[in-house]
Amino acid sequence: MSEYLVNIENERLSFFTPAGEVKALNDVSLHLREGEVLGIVGESGSGKSVTAYSLMGLTAYPGRLIGGSLQFNGHQIEKMTEKEMRKIRGNEISIIFQDPMTSLNPVYTIGNQITEVVMLHTNKNKQQATERARELLTLVGINEPQKRLNQYPHELSGGMRQRVMIAIALACEPKLLIADEPTTALDVTIQAQILELMMELKEKLGMAIIMITHDLGVVANMCDRIAVMYAGKVVEYGNTDDIFYNPSHEYTKGLIRSIPKLTEKEHNKLIPIEGSPVDMLNPPAGCPFAPRCRACMKICLREMPEYTDITDIHYSACWLLQKEEFEKQQRQKGDA
Amino acid sequence: MAKYIIKRIAMAIITIFAVATVTFFVMNMVPGGPFMAEKAISPQAQAALNEKYGLDKPLSEQYTTYMKDILHGNLGLSVKQRGRTVNMIIGTKFPVSARIGGMAILAAVMIGVPLGSIAAFKRGTLIDNIIIVFSTCGIAVPSFVVCTILMYILSLKLGLLPTYGLGSWKNYIMPVMALALYPSSYISRLMRSSMLDVMGQDYMRTARAKGLSQLVSIFKHALRNAILPVVTYLGPLLAYTVTGSFIVEKIFTIPGLGSEFIGSITGRDYPLIMGTTIFLATLMVIMNVLVDVAYKFIDPRINLK
Repeated sequence: MSEYLVNIENERLSFFTPAGEVKALNDVSLHLREGEVLGIVGESGSGKSVTAYSLMGLTAYPGRLIGGSLQFNGHQIEKMTEKEMRKIRGNEISIIFQDPMTSLNPVYTIGNQITEVVMLHTNKNKQQATERARELLTLVGINEPQKRLNQYPHELSGGMRQRVMIAIALACEPKLLIADEPTTALDVTIQAQILELMMELKEKLGMAIIMITHDLGVVANMCDRIAVMYAGKVVEYGNTDDIFYNPSHEYTKGLIRSIPKLTEKEHNKLIPIEGSPVDMLNPPAGCPFAPRCRACMKICLREMPEYTDITDIHYSACWLLQKEEFEKQQRQKGDA
Repeated sequence: MAKYIIKRIAMAIITIFAVATVTFFVMNMVPGGPFMAEKAISPQAQAALNEKYGLDKPLSEQYTTYMKDILHGNLGLSVKQRGRTVNMIIGTKFPVSARIGGMAILAAVMIGVPLGSIAAFKRGTLIDNIIIVFSTCGIAVPSFVVCTILMYILSLKLGLLPTYGLGSWKNYIMPVMALALYPSSYISRLMRSSMLDVMGQDYMRTARAKGLSQLVSIFKHALRNAILPVVTYLGPLLAYTVTGSFIVEKIFTIPGLGSEFIGSITGRDYPLIMGTTIFLATLMVIMNVLVDVAYKFIDPRINLK
């Protein structure tokens, strides 16, 4: 068994649409130890969700994994059959989706939808499963769990429904919880409650979390490590402190610049990242961020930069870093 | 819920009353009358007949008399079928049509729902295309063509099935097939589109993420959500189909209610026109209430008020 709970190496995944192949993931590598929280940050279409879904074998048609290795808890995901995957889903690896309003089936009771997953993966009978469901509802902080079991999703608020989704996800005490923008559809006070609940449950149950979000505020508080994705690539990876205090990719810098600050004067405008995301059908030859980059050089438009290690953990793919590295080596040579 | 049903029944009575009134006056506005045969009868005889059936009275009086009668459940005496009441005619003919119609609907649901679901799950494949072609043909081809083709192949060429009457179970096969073709095609199309819609819903993704097999997610999570449009369609369809089809009954010589609908109109059999129309309207209204109640059981979000 490897030292990592999740180890994704050089994952390549494409959507084969009628308009052509869309390379959603280009050599994505990520890893995560047991009990760690990894944040995946990036704008829409950067491949955050696709990465996470592929780990559960839930890649949507017409997407297909075309290369790389996905290891999870001793399983080689890309080699597993659908039947084998079903045993893992909802059991060792669970997911919470973005919109709790539509993620629960409207025609079944909360109790039914929780006991379903309990009975699927354990030997519990109906009664024991209901007992477990009540326990889970209490765990996720829902009042009057007995009453909720017999209620339908439409009778619950958004925040409550997300708690129910978390209860479903945690039903079999998974090793890994994927949270796909779990708070985007909720209002701000509820967001904070849900994030707090997730951290609390992580401490209690010791699972690892992959947090997918485009909200840097969310990852700053929760995550041990952060992967910044852009156009199907991890452009920067590091500890949370590395990313926030020593961002080295121009895209990460731009993201951080665009966070509103309390210390700023009232009428200061936010600093956006100019331009729009790349057309994934016709990706540019070089660095995908180059057309929007403030420090774009000639080589950026031609060739994709390799990763540069900044510390043992922190690395980034940017020609500027390569240039610095090269100059440093030259200087050392000169000194010698 | 009880309150809702009471309210619906009250509304149903008003609806049926309105249907009866409109039919009564429209029917009398149409030129002609029950005793205008090709061989002219003497004016005296005609006057005597008119008097016997109360047709000599002013229209308003005929109307009030008729309405009083229906309140007592009496649909009157058939003008054309000597000595038979409309109640008797409906009482003997309806069970025949209902049996064939009921079987046809059952067949249509049992064929249409699975076919539509399969087409949705295999969308874009050969199977999907075959089902689409089948259902389009089923909707486009009129029933008399279907009846004729069935008769030609199954009776004339293969000699398997009888072409008329209702002597044995074999007699039922062709009429039921002919009646079921259109609804089964329509249901399969409805089912396909609503299933495609449901499959794209977030809760189906949740079902997969739980580790449920495809079969369980279809049967448990998709079907119940996707069936609603079919249920909506089934209400009026059932009312129409169990009251018989003129064409199918004529072609297979079935003594059903469908022939009476048309026969009563061409013969200006006023009480029978009224009777069959009110009967169909009542069935229709009842079916709609039943559909609404069924909704409530299928989808708990629906609030009957």
